[in-house]
Amino acid sequence: MSLQVRSESRDGAAVVSPTGEIDLSCSPELRVALQQALLTKPGALLVDLSGVPSIDSSGVATLIEAMRSTQAQSIPLVLCGLVPRVMAVLEIARLDSVFQIAPDVDEALKATGA
Amino acid sequence: MKEAEHCCICSDGAHIRVEVLSQPRYLAGVREMVLAVSRRLGFGESGSNHIALAIDEALANVIRHGYGGASDRPIFLTIAPLVEDGAETGMRVCIEDHARKVDPSKIKSRDLEAVRPGGLGVHIIQEIMDEVEYAPRDDEGMRVTMVKRLSSETEAPAASEGAR
Repeated sequence: MSLQVRSESRDGAAVVSPTGEIDLSCSPELRVALQQALLTKPGALLVDLSGVPSIDSSGVATLIEAMRSTQAQSIPLVLCGLVPRVMAVLEIARLDSVFQIAPDVDEALKATGA
Repeated sequence: MKEAEHCCICSDGAHIRVEVLSQPRYLAGVREMVLAVSRRLGFGESGSNHIALAIDEALANVIRHGYGGASDRPIFLTIAPLVEDGAETGMRVCIEDHARKVDPSKIKSRDLEAVRPGGLGVHIIQEIMDEVEYAPRDDEGMRVTMVKRLSSETEAPAASEGAR
């Protein structure tokens, strides 16, 4: 299954929700979706990964790029809904404490004050 | 297309040997195959997922860095059980390509303190696998051989995992 990416606005935050495995073949699609979401100048950027069963370093690199962009614009970035397999990759990359992580979108919205 | 010379695993009796074109769209299929084989060799869900990720990263490195994104080049993946003292104790993996040769000492994990995109693949491979060795092949290209051992603390026998 190829990656599907849905983007919506919730309480002033941009919520980007990819569905499918994220690897080298589709991480560019996620990158474009995240860049487009930031163009709307949202109050926060939430990446809902609950529909992502696995991710590789190209996907992680895409998330790091998003973090850099949001930091440059002082926009909070929160990852949410991480399944254990995806969380494990962030832990291996020692990025689990670098990203702000929430259990789900609702909690992420609370965390950002949106 | 030139066939790869036999690697150490092949000469010792490869159990699975596949040729994959250097296209990212085939990574998912390889991961599925590796997951299934890992379970059959006794790895649990977590271990199998990790092995699939490590092999995905190694293949992606060949596609991106070895072949520079060229989509018409071959990659050879070989998998066999690791046998030590007459018992199967894990998995051996060999990935070969026809890309340019690289000094193995130049293949390093990046400093993880610097949070930046890129360079994570080598680190992930090294974190997951018990042994990783990069070497130039005799004629052309590179070879990475990897070993992952079953851990009695974390891996259950394949039968109890409902291996598929």
